[in-house]
Amino acid sequence: MASMSILETKGLTKTFGGLSANTNIDFSLTRGKITALIGPNGAGKSTFVGMLSGRITATAGSVHFDGVDISNLPAFKRIGMGIAYTFQITSIFPGLTVQRNVELAARRALSLPKSEILDAVDEVLQRVDLLDRKDQKAADLSYGHQRILEIAMGLIQKPKLFILDEPTQGLADAEVEQFIELINSLAGKSTILLIEHNMDVVMRAADHIAVLNFGELLAEGTPKEIQENKEVQNAYLGKTTDA
Amino acid sequence: MNDELRVYGLHAGIVGLLLISYFVLPEYHSGNLARIMVLAVYAMGYNLLFGYTGLLSLGHALFFSSGMYGLGLAMYHMDFAVPSGILMGLLAALITSTVVGFLALRTSGVAFMIVTLMFAQAGYLTVLYFGEFTRGDEGFVLQQSERVIGSLDLTSPAGRYFAALLLFAICFFLIMYIVRSGFGLALIAIRENEERAKMLGYDVVTLKLKAVVISGVMSGAAGAAYALLFGYAGATFATVQYSIFPLLWVLLGGAGVTIGPLIGTIFMFYLIDYSSSLTMAYMLVAGVVLVLLTLYAPQGLAGELRRSYFKWLP
Amino acid sequence: MEFGPHLMLASLEGAVIAAVLALTAMGLSIVFGVMRVVNVAHGEFFMLGAVIAWTVAYSLGAHPAIGFLAAIIIAPLLVGILAGAADRIILQKINYDPDRTIVGTIGLLYIIQQTTLMTFGPDARPVEPPFNQRLALPWFEFGESGFQLYWPWGLSITSYKLFIILAAITLLIGLWLLMTRTRIGLVMRATQQDSEMAGAFGVPVKSVYAWVFGLGAGLAAIGAVLIVPVQQAHYLMGNEPLLLSFIVVIIGGLGSLPGTVIAALLIGMSDGIISVFFSPTLAKIIATLLVAMVLVFRPQGLMGKLQ
Repeated sequence: MASMSILETKGLTKTFGGLSANTNIDFSLTRGKITALIGPNGAGKSTFVGMLSGRITATAGSVHFDGVDISNLPAFKRIGMGIAYTFQITSIFPGLTVQRNVELAARRALSLPKSEILDAVDEVLQRVDLLDRKDQKAADLSYGHQRILEIAMGLIQKPKLFILDEPTQGLADAEVEQFIELINSLAGKSTILLIEHNMDVVMRAADHIAVLNFGELLAEGTPKEIQENKEVQNAYLGKTTDA
Repeated sequence: MNDELRVYGLHAGIVGLLLISYFVLPEYHSGNLARIMVLAVYAMGYNLLFGYTGLLSLGHALFFSSGMYGLGLAMYHMDFAVPSGILMGLLAALITSTVVGFLALRTSGVAFMIVTLMFAQAGYLTVLYFGEFTRGDEGFVLQQSERVIGSLDLTSPAGRYFAALLLFAICFFLIMYIVRSGFGLALIAIRENEERAKMLGYDVVTLKLKAVVISGVMSGAAGAAYALLFGYAGATFATVQYSIFPLLWVLLGGAGVTIGPLIGTIFMFYLIDYSSSLTMAYMLVAGVVLVLLTLYAPQGLAGELRRSYFKWLP
Repeated sequence: MEFGPHLMLASLEGAVIAAVLALTAMGLSIVFGVMRVVNVAHGEFFMLGAVIAWTVAYSLGAHPAIGFLAAIIIAPLLVGILAGAADRIILQKINYDPDRTIVGTIGLLYIIQQTTLMTFGPDARPVEPPFNQRLALPWFEFGESGFQLYWPWGLSITSYKLFIILAAITLLIGLWLLMTRTRIGLVMRATQQDSEMAGAFGVPVKSVYAWVFGLGAGLAAIGAVLIVPVQQAHYLMGNEPLLLSFIVVIIGGLGSLPGTVIAALLIGMSDGIISVFFSPTLAKIIATLLVAMVLVFRPQGLMGKLQ
């Protein structure tokens, strides 16, 4: 029987030279839930997520995914176990078409014959409302559409865990709405980890919030609990931050 | 009519055209074409790494000359027959490309260029150092009598041409197949955005190594074929100039297009052929072409064709 | 000659090589440091310096010292201007895109080299040094009366070669002062750090690039003018300086002046010493592989910063 947490870190630490970016983080992600990771600038969110995805090697501590110790696995292998990842600064294949971008994500993740893959691509593009642009070069898309394309590339992988690094940054309001809808539609099927600055999105989409401050896990709880948490308020100096 | 048919048709058509050309062209030109086809194989090997994977190597002469000397030395000093000579050439290229791949791929960008350049330079110097066996810059000649397979004389104009054509056709279709396969698409993904490819789960390190090895062995096959069909091996083919040539041919013809290398090699061959009749400084043409290409047509001839008219070109 | 004196001779010859190499490599390093581009035609700027020096000296036909003086002023100037033009015409237009710059400068290499072949010709032509006394060098031994100097036969150096070493040191110090103490140097370093920022602060980035490219070429040209009385001018003489400069810049760390100087000393001295005692080809093979390995395992070189 699958355990309740799909991802667990124990004592996860990263030091750069003398500086400790992440200190001793014990963290677990509940399966099927949408969790937001927040914290003021410089709190160590990117470092933490880097160590989860494998892009950064941890100085100490362990990461377990789906019951397996992935601490020593390279990034690509972790992705192969069912993790999808979107970058803070949108990272797609600019010279290739929208269709090709999603196809590349699909080919590695799904073992299907080519025609079925292309059908799956169309389906996902339809879902994110990019189907009519499928033959456009990705570089020619607006920034907002590129971000959505990147999300589509994650969606098609049908990931167990979907990590999104500041996904709404640079999106117009309508696109943010679309994004929240998309994320909520995934609830239960995928586990989602959002790194976000946009508190509106966090409050509306997240089931659970974890707060990082100065490289340590400061608080965890439901949106309401976090909103009322004095320490968290202090950490942000009373700011309710919009992106 | 789908792209699949168009692609097969185009490639088969080109090979067919080359086949017929032997009977149509005067001997001077069919002789040139034999040489061009072998060099085009070198360019195709280079294109796989540069045009499709996005890795700019300045040391491919090492692979070309590995093939050349692998076959050449085996046949010259150890009396190998042609088939085993070919195997030796390919083996030499396999070894050098694997070693260089393992080491050079730990770097990227400018460092990769310089590391490959250095390895090729070391290779050239090694050829000179063992001049006793390799005869250095002077090189050595493979006797006509040795360059036969059974009763097939590879030194006759027909033998040369069709052997070159066979090699070209094999590699041409191989490239066509590779770049349209999942492996080829993964290489293109690496070229477009390596970090993204990695974070989609592609084993970028292994993929790049495979690309280097296939590229290196194909270049080596061209080198071995060159020694076999034209009967000569010399250190000139290990110099930096011979590392720059495939870059030049591919850029001119179109990087990342299957037909690019052939087009570029044909053009450049005749351009240099023509200008060397005018002046000793015929490489000036190469220089001017490179500058013009980089300024106005970085896609190359076939690349521009694909961009504007034939989007289905693989 | 015994080992000791022989080694000293080799060291001095190595120092001459190192001196010229330091100047040439600095040119390459500055260009990469500030502009982030690899100039494959750098060796040809070197060669041009030598060829122009010969042309100037030959045209003047006066006493070698005058010819040399004129050459060392005119050659770097002309080469610098040519490089600046190349920057405007080619590099600027392709926006310093790394791949296209490599290809473009390879093209430039052939254009410069082959044009020189067509005009200057394929022969090597000598240039007379401005002065050339032979100076005997002492070596020491511990004899019956203690420490003694003696002058071994054959152990000598020319005054001109000593001049090369001194001139290079002076120029490098001047360059260092320029980079660290003047406003021009500050502008260059600012552009190197962050060209966008510098632009926002009113630094004319495009002009800076043209000047830097010119400076890099000019340095190579000066190095060539210094060495040409020793070496002879030849249209292919740019190849080895290019390779060696690359090696020096990589080992010393891109953009680092002290690193470049130290690496030039290392390479120059070992080239000089190893070539005297061992086969030059083997020495070159080892050096080449060493450079590759340094890049593979320590990409920032000896003193550069990891990017």
